[in-house]
Amino acid sequence: MGERDLGISRRSAEKRLSAAVLESRRLPVLLLLPAILLMALVVGFPMIYSLYLSFTDFTLLSQSSMKFIGLRNYVTLFKDPTFLAALGRTVLYITITVNVEMLLGLLIANAMSNVVKGQSVLRTILMMPMMFAPVLVGFQFKWIFNDQVGLLNNVLFEIARHPVIIPWLIRKPLGFITITLAELWMSTPFMVIIFLAGILSISKDLTDAAEVDGSSEWQKFIHIIIPSVSPFIYIALAVRSLDVAKAYDLVSIMTGGGPAHRTELIWTYVYRLSFTSQSFALGSAMSYVTVLVAILFTFYLFRQLIKARKVRGIQ
Amino acid sequence: MKRARHLPSRFATYVFLAVFSLPVLWLILTSVRPNIEINTRPPVWLSRNLNLDSYKALLGMGVNPERFAFGENVPFVLYLRNSLLSALGSTVLALIIGTLAAYAFSSFSFKGRSGIFLGLMLARAIPGIALSLPLLILLTKIGLSDSVYGLILVYTAMNIPFAAWLMTGFIGEIPEALNDAALIDGCSKWGAFLRIELPLVGPGLAASGIFAFLTSWNEFAIASVLTRTTASKTFPVGLFDFTGEFVSDWRGMCAMSVIMLVPAVIFVIVVQRQLLRGLTLGAVKG
Repeated sequence: MGERDLGISRRSAEKRLSAAVLESRRLPVLLLLPAILLMALVVGFPMIYSLYLSFTDFTLLSQSSMKFIGLRNYVTLFKDPTFLAALGRTVLYITITVNVEMLLGLLIANAMSNVVKGQSVLRTILMMPMMFAPVLVGFQFKWIFNDQVGLLNNVLFEIARHPVIIPWLIRKPLGFITITLAELWMSTPFMVIIFLAGILSISKDLTDAAEVDGSSEWQKFIHIIIPSVSPFIYIALAVRSLDVAKAYDLVSIMTGGGPAHRTELIWTYVYRLSFTSQSFALGSAMSYVTVLVAILFTFYLFRQLIKARKVRGIQ
Repeated sequence: MKRARHLPSRFATYVFLAVFSLPVLWLILTSVRPNIEINTRPPVWLSRNLNLDSYKALLGMGVNPERFAFGENVPFVLYLRNSLLSALGSTVLALIIGTLAAYAFSSFSFKGRSGIFLGLMLARAIPGIALSLPLLILLTKIGLSDSVYGLILVYTAMNIPFAAWLMTGFIGEIPEALNDAALIDGCSKWGAFLRIELPLVGPGLAASGIFAFLTSWNEFAIASVLTRTTASKTFPVGLFDFTGEFVSDWRGMCAMSVIMLVPAVIFVIVVQRQLLRGLTLGAVKG
């Protein structure tokens, strides 16, 4: 019985397999179709439409008498000192927040990985800020830094024993620092979680060997932990840089980019141009310049990530 | 010896977490303090009158109206409905569509595979603000502006790239042999997907799901442009009901914020383990 039956069933199985191979030409297209169609509608169409608008003088008020004006919006943009300042400030904002987050994230993740007891409870507490809407964080910190009744000035009042009224959100470098602190509070936990995952995936042999060889905690951190989690560092940097480059909600609540453009980032300025000044065409041009820069940056980071993976011997 | 060395680690962890919890505790405390205490100088540290009036006001249970309390007039139940519908609807749809795409990425090699994958990732570089006005024009044309369905449509698309990316890592983890065995045993490609792969990627679905839910639940930039009335306004937009031109009802806002955090906290606690695994796989594979 066995031999023959097996032969037949194997042949029919092979037939099914080759049918599966044929099917596999059309299947990926079908599987991707819903995603591609929806992305085209919700992301593709708006981007093409705003690219078109960026070459016109479209405003929310004069939709009917729209004229094609070529690259004039882009020229206006690069002559606009507020735009250039906002661009520079956004780059500074990304650089500071992402780097501080990364350092804090690595140190805290390393410390947390040594705490064995109750780690899942600690992790849950740590993730609290990740659950806050950016708008919520904005309102919270706006109020903590309120000059009249804010938590911080109240604490300073108790320490100094006389009314302290520091306008945290208004004075020149303070506004920027305040927003940076809020951003750090909101997103450092994400870094910690990613790095914690990375550190926990390091083989125990490696760290044990280092301990046997008598290396200090610090040496272990620099020579084993950091190189081992480098793919995680790149992915976290890529994800977070892109996120911070999109920063809008938090700043718009805390300062709205003001006063007098002091805390203006790219997207608060785009909003101001598009909706408050109703010059949507100029806003579109600005969106385009910014998104292109962000995309190039992502591209670079993903290439670095692939390199880091190769070093670690994955794929 | 070992214990002593890890003491600084434990200390650093606790200090960091304590500092990070402060704003959360402050938020909860503020939601139960009278506004009069909140707005007083010199500051009142030890409240003598903690109560749940702000929550009762939101839920429409008659309370003595306090000065500067707007809670009574906030259509809380409608915001809750809109937020839940748009977040849950878009999460389910994004998971289905994202998983299908991830399956295509991880199980087939076809022309344009990496191009499409990269395209999806780059879509994440575009912030909601850049899309909001064209989307308003588009959705008005097809009759979905100021509608929960419009929000579901937009949020689904926003969540697809991340879901597809995480799930690609998870599906790639499944050993090829398992799949082949199912095919040889007479399973169709679809059957193999439904019976073998889908159950194995449960943790990935949980991780992508929580991220999609949080993104939609907390989204503000697009909602602030697309929603006009209580027919579609969600919590993040609704928070502005508590800010007035001259006074703000901080307490009421904090109460609604706390309620807004509840589903998120429950979700995260439930899928925490999967979340960590999801991020690990996403980072090293993908």
